[in-house]
Amino acid sequence: MKYLEEYRNLEATNQYLSLIANKVTKPWNIMEICGGQTHSLVRNGILELLPKQVQMIHGPGCPVCVTPVSLIDKAIELLEKGVIVCSFGDMIRVPGTKKSLLEAKAEGADLRVLYSPLEAVEVAKANPNREVVFFAVGFETTAPANAISVLHAEKEGLKNYSILVSHVLVPPAMEAILDDEFCNIDAFLGAGHVCAIMGYKEYMPISEKYKIPIVITGFEPLDLVQGIYMAVSQLEANEYTVENQYARVVKKEGNIAAKEVISKVFRVGDREWRGIGKIPNSGYLISEEYKAFDAGIKFQIIGNDNVLHTKCIAGEILKGLKKPYQCPAFGKECNPTNPLGAPMVSSEGACAAYYHFSVDENVL
Amino acid sequence: MSKEDIINLGHGSGGSMTRTLLDDVIFKTFSNPLLNQKHDGSILELKGKIAISTDSFVVSPIFFRGGNIGELAVNGTVNDVAMCGAQPKYLSLAFIVEEGLKIEEFIAIVNSIKATADRCGVEIVTGDTKVVERGKGDKIFINTTGVGVIHPKANISMERIKVGDKIIINGNIAQHGMAIMSQREGLEFESDIVSDTANLNYIANELLDQFGDDVHLFRDATRGGVASVLSEIALDTGKGVYIEEKNLPIDKQVSAACEILGLDPLYVANEGVFLAVVDQSVATEVLRQMQTNQNAKNSMCIGEITQSNSKKVVMESVIGGKRIVTPLIGEQLPRIC
Repeated sequence: MKYLEEYRNLEATNQYLSLIANKVTKPWNIMEICGGQTHSLVRNGILELLPKQVQMIHGPGCPVCVTPVSLIDKAIELLEKGVIVCSFGDMIRVPGTKKSLLEAKAEGADLRVLYSPLEAVEVAKANPNREVVFFAVGFETTAPANAISVLHAEKEGLKNYSILVSHVLVPPAMEAILDDEFCNIDAFLGAGHVCAIMGYKEYMPISEKYKIPIVITGFEPLDLVQGIYMAVSQLEANEYTVENQYARVVKKEGNIAAKEVISKVFRVGDREWRGIGKIPNSGYLISEEYKAFDAGIKFQIIGNDNVLHTKCIAGEILKGLKKPYQCPAFGKECNPTNPLGAPMVSSEGACAAYYHFSVDENVL
Repeated sequence: MSKEDIINLGHGSGGSMTRTLLDDVIFKTFSNPLLNQKHDGSILELKGKIAISTDSFVVSPIFFRGGNIGELAVNGTVNDVAMCGAQPKYLSLAFIVEEGLKIEEFIAIVNSIKATADRCGVEIVTGDTKVVERGKGDKIFINTTGVGVIHPKANISMERIKVGDKIIINGNIAQHGMAIMSQREGLEFESDIVSDTANLNYIANELLDQFGDDVHLFRDATRGGVASVLSEIALDTGKGVYIEEKNLPIDKQVSAACEILGLDPLYVANEGVFLAVVDQSVATEVLRQMQTNQNAKNSMCIGEITQSNSKKVVMESVIGGKRIVTPLIGEQLPRIC
């Protein structure tokens, strides 16, 4: 529990909360990029402990939330064709157009819930006469493991393994949010886990171009209040730069070995984000050299029609334009048992975080 | 019968193989006058109000650190009866065995059931054994039903819970769920986490002896974890439940394992954890007495019943913030990153 307990310390957290309160003189909107950060802010009750002038806006950083509905539909289509589809657990409850992966499983489809993409390679080895597809979802964080699964499958000479890729990248999404005409973000808390892999050099031109403070931040209460304090300090001083609050994990250059694996298997390309639309150069696609492992090509999965439930305002939530409880369907037609959109179903989704944890009387 | 043997469909046929299995294993192990009648059922004599509870056990793996499915099948039902304020006396025991289970493993489970039943002071008085084809079960499923006599001083029900009552927990949370998960196929990780499976009937009985109807509710926090019990209390009473995260007892290794997998320990299953909602006038004494018991040495007062926040569970986090604790929806799933 080292590096956890000391970052959940009441006194230290209170000190930073006081520092924020003493520092702040006007209203600021700070967006935390990562769903894990949203979850921690709400779960630990930090939103209520912050001065009223500091508003946290919840960003698009939940990989499950931003996976297009069409890809879930495609995964279900593969299942129904008899393909073994492997997925991380939190993906399986997200609704597609007609059903979720979990519902397809209940109907008899061969869906395997795994904890690592390398297990999917083992499934492919054990089932040489069946096609096995790993639903490779996530930000930069999960990309190295997904890439390694492809390299393992290649090494094993497996012809029945491929990945259905839906990798999204954080920096282009930040730019898309900042370019939105209604954008009201004054500073970002950068996603610590993503930067642990990628480093934070990429964030410097964004900070410079949009004159906006970016603080790379961890996930524990003390991380978050310290990150918010660093952002508020910059804002109050009318400064903007990239700072690294999460130095115990994140290095400027990131994890070189992981980045090498990523660049071997993937290339950067355009990607559709659920609720946001297509963002140029915002995702990983499988590189030419490894296209034999691309389920999209192998099963001729084309098109990227991004269907959203008409009452779901996931796009506005993911861009930080609305709070979850400002959605008319929140907690009524849309709840974790019957989610209309992914932010309610994923464990890291902003809507689910508010539904489960928030004591704000505006909520429910 | 050789210990090398495996269970096959013949063991469930009702014929001579079934008879051999029952005589060599079941009747030999659980021998008592009621069972030895080998009747279709047992004729029992119980005086006073009785409590009855049934539960099915489908855990995988069937042997885990700190116990096995047999021990669980006894403790689980004994505890459910004890939580009603009764002293459990008799158990039924039904097996659904998958073809292919090693006889050696079956015997180990049966022996464990016997040892646990003896420890709890209950007798196995009737039972059943069925065998299903390979692939149609998960090695072994066990159903137990328990009956017991309600303690004369017990007056336990949700309706008796009132504002100001204290909520006391008897031990570390999330132990069983994480012990199982650490050995589950595809997720094995090294740890010393052991299941907390234990019988709670004696401690429940002791508390009723001493504090009588000042004990307003007992509830064991099995599937759905502590969060689900607290949510039920809030919803069923219409009152608020307030707890403090810093008072929730949890082993550091369990906490770390939950952290890595993105699981909230409040929702992880327990087997030997119960909550007692008691009148505030006796709370300190209840806590002191519980802490002297081996199965409750980590007891803590975790919160109280409130007038405010009707039908909600509010938890004060370790850093002084507040959050809602909602009932578990579906199964907790490990997160992507």
